[in-house]
Amino acid sequence: MIEDIDFTFKALSDPNRRYLLDVLHADNGQSLSALCTGMDMSRQAVTQHLGLLEEAGLISVVWQGREKLHYLNPVPLYEIYERWIKKFERTRLKALRDLKTQIEGATP
Amino acid sequence: MSKPDFVYVNYIRASREEVWKGLLEPEFTRQYWMHEQISDWKVGSSWEHVRLDEAKTPDIVGKVLESDHPNRLVLTWAQPKDADNPEKVSKVAFDLRPVEEWPNGPWTQLTLTHSDLEPGSEMEQSVSYGWPALMSGLKTLLETGKI
Repeated sequence: MIEDIDFTFKALSDPNRRYLLDVLHADNGQSLSALCTGMDMSRQAVTQHLGLLEEAGLISVVWQGREKLHYLNPVPLYEIYERWIKKFERTRLKALRDLKTQIEGATP
Repeated sequence: MSKPDFVYVNYIRASREEVWKGLLEPEFTRQYWMHEQISDWKVGSSWEHVRLDEAKTPDIVGKVLESDHPNRLVLTWAQPKDADNPEKVSKVAFDLRPVEEWPNGPWTQLTLTHSDLEPGSEMEQSVSYGWPALMSGLKTLLETGKI
């Protein structure tokens, strides 16, 4: 289910899927045909990658008439940032502060 | 109809009613948005997104275009100085859909669609960074009771 962070990591584990996300970041809301242009992959392969990204919640879709438009949905990426990146950043900032305190000899 | 600029989706373990309140009521928005929303949420009414200072300084203003509680809310969206400049007025839609097939519910799919943004504008930049963090903050608050 989309809630599962394993899905997000699995979807991100493929370079072609990461590339598709980059393409949508540059130009959001593209149809399958537009996404296939410039991709060195069969239409079927692109469809499969998009399906997996959609299942992982990294892509949201909007129907406009008969055209399905794909949008980058960075919300799960933000969850990864909150869960896996922010806390390490905090540690690094604290280490820098401690180093500064040590060098300058002030009381922490 | 022009295509939307951004479409953000999040799944929140809460009822539509709770998500609706989480988006609009000060006791929630103060915690993850640092703002309050002021309106009676009736179609045609104005709405304001205001700071928590004493003057309640508005940062975003607009009109309520659609209001179908607790399913869909559509607002116009502009900085106060641009409120009368149609090129700088964008549109935000919140769509709330129950997800019945998931266990341990209720689950709500929240879709946020932002359209008619001026290409290359500061607003386009800031909403593309802001919405994912806000949607994630709302989810955390509603699911855990804290931020």
